[in-house]
Amino acid sequence: MTPSTSAVAPVSEVVLDAAGLTKHFPVRRRLRDLLSRHAGAVHAVDDVNLTLRRGQVVALVGESGSGKSTVARLLAQLHPRTGGEIRLNGEAVTVRGGRRFRAYAKRVQMIFQDPFASLNPVHSVRYHLTRSLRIHGRAGEGKDGLDQALTALLSQVQLTPAERYIDKFPHELSGGQRQRVAIARALGAGPEVLLADEPVSMLDVSIRLGVLNLLRDLKDRLDLAILYITHDIASARYFADETLVMYAGRLVEGGDSETVTQRPAHPYTQLLIDSAPDPDRVAGAVAAEVADRGDGEPPSLIRPPEGCRFHPRCPHAMARCTTDLPIPLPVGDRDGHWAACWLYGEPSAEGVAP
Amino acid sequence: MRQPVLEIRNLDVGYGLGDVALRAVRDVSLTLHRGEVLGLAGESGSGKSTLAYGVTRLLPPPGVITGGEVVYHPENGSPYDVLALGDRELRAFRWAETAIVFQGAMNSLNPVHRISVQLTDVIAAHQPDLSARARAERAREMLRLVGIAADRMDAYPHQLSGGMRQRVMIGMALALQPQIVIMDEPTTALDVVMQRQILRQLVALRERLGFSVIFITHDLSLLVEFADRIAIMYGGRIVEEAPASALYRDALHPYTAGLLGSFPALRGPRRDLTGIPGSPPDLTSMPTGCSFHPRCPKAFEPCPVTIPPLGSPDTPGGSTRTVACLLHPATNPEVR
Repeated sequence: MTPSTSAVAPVSEVVLDAAGLTKHFPVRRRLRDLLSRHAGAVHAVDDVNLTLRRGQVVALVGESGSGKSTVARLLAQLHPRTGGEIRLNGEAVTVRGGRRFRAYAKRVQMIFQDPFASLNPVHSVRYHLTRSLRIHGRAGEGKDGLDQALTALLSQVQLTPAERYIDKFPHELSGGQRQRVAIARALGAGPEVLLADEPVSMLDVSIRLGVLNLLRDLKDRLDLAILYITHDIASARYFADETLVMYAGRLVEGGDSETVTQRPAHPYTQLLIDSAPDPDRVAGAVAAEVADRGDGEPPSLIRPPEGCRFHPRCPHAMARCTTDLPIPLPVGDRDGHWAACWLYGEPSAEGVAP
Repeated sequence: MRQPVLEIRNLDVGYGLGDVALRAVRDVSLTLHRGEVLGLAGESGSGKSTLAYGVTRLLPPPGVITGGEVVYHPENGSPYDVLALGDRELRAFRWAETAIVFQGAMNSLNPVHRISVQLTDVIAAHQPDLSARARAERAREMLRLVGIAADRMDAYPHQLSGGMRQRVMIGMALALQPQIVIMDEPTTALDVVMQRQILRQLVALRERLGFSVIFITHDLSLLVEFADRIAIMYGGRIVEEAPASALYRDALHPYTAGLLGSFPALRGPRRDLTGIPGSPPDLTSMPTGCSFHPRCPKAFEPCPVTIPPLGSPDTPGGSTRTVACLLHPATNPEVR
């Protein structure tokens, strides 16, 4: 297995596609808000467009609170969305529950961050996997069929020999093994899309790569489309073909992972990359390297800043940034690399507030 | 060689006694020098937090220190063994000489008290003669030191962001100007941008105030950049200790090498990485010999039998570092 380079990879079939995805969570009104006209809302996700293709990994990178998990939950149809459209294989879908939700979940599965919490401690591995297979009608014929399906699932996630793990309870497994069971459970549905919400951040450092490599291997073998949500931009570079950077509920930059991490265009992406631990930087240089850039606090999402949401922290902020919302603009010489930043915009007359 | 400020000698810490005892820290010897940042890296269950709590005697039962000594060298005065202190002396020693910034420090502030109360509380306990006004002034100074406006003194913890709460915790740790600050995963709950700001601030504060830091984390890539020396723990033992740059350039222990290879690089060529196969050892059933041998790519015959001693390796610059691996036989398996 070698790290894939998406820039040269052929454009493959779109599986899941979101356009203008928006989610506002209502805020409880307080007494003093009663007179005001506007009901408050947390602008968790605003106008997110993303496309998941068969056999490709898209990383969504951002700080905690940037809305990246909400995007995953919207794509999994766990939250009703405020606006936008989700298309599965080109067909717009909105499901609220019941049979249609199951049909959707059969094709779009989610992996959660914490395998200690996402597996039921009172049930064995067999129970978890059997349930997933049964619900999605993949349990096979009779007991033998089920056993075969279970063994196949466990070997897909490299928990072999299967007999050693099948009757274990979650507390008897290590973190990495638990996450593999969670992945096996997701695969039990036979999905086309995996939404992996920080799948390795709760795991020990030395076994994270094992799980990431497993996911990549599964992607290749089963031709899955994977959304990889992470706060670790270095792992996005390692694992994902395409990287999207999210800040305060909006996408600010996107492109193939190598370009985004090596030639970041948006000031926020640059800040993120400069802040990431880098062993090649010599000890002691910490103080000098990143000069003061804002106070490091992401903005309130109840009243997000006007214009570009990064402008209060941005070292390059211009007058235009405080009023106009930046649109995605092509940057650099690589196709598909874009940034929502006025630094790359034409100095246009209408951009200046009258 | 710089002066030592804390010497840990052959420390053994376990949980429980008798047959059910679990040895979480085994025969650890470590020296912290004045003004240095010593990084302590290891995976969960490697005993790094247990070591820190053992050293400060904060270990809750069933944790027990079963052997060794922890010698503290005050700035002026004769060294003494922390493990032999009585209750009253221990109470005076804590926070005034060593302070801890706890894991998940964001949640270690009391939510029903204002920041000011919590900051002055420390000072009131240790310097009861100080007037309330002087205490408040001191607390304000601490907040300024960590970059929080003094008008946030009367805020409640929930009114502060995670990064600010973390700064308050650091300010609180420095309130009595301790010689040693132990930081147990102080930035893991924070975003990278905030993490770097706080570390930068810590470096600046250390230069100004001259305290020593024991920095515990699982993020080795962070330590390489930030610490002066790094000790790697695995299965309750220190398996390698070296100056940060030497450790990064030339890791001798296969576990250290594996750990360094577990972090995807942000720069340079994109390599295929494997991490370390297997999972960290279970403390209830430790492998025999070198506890890393079941996962070690370079294990050979004596590894499952012989416990490698920690000693200086026979390599250039070997005298500044120690490693516990049979591949690098110690020239002088000494107890440091």
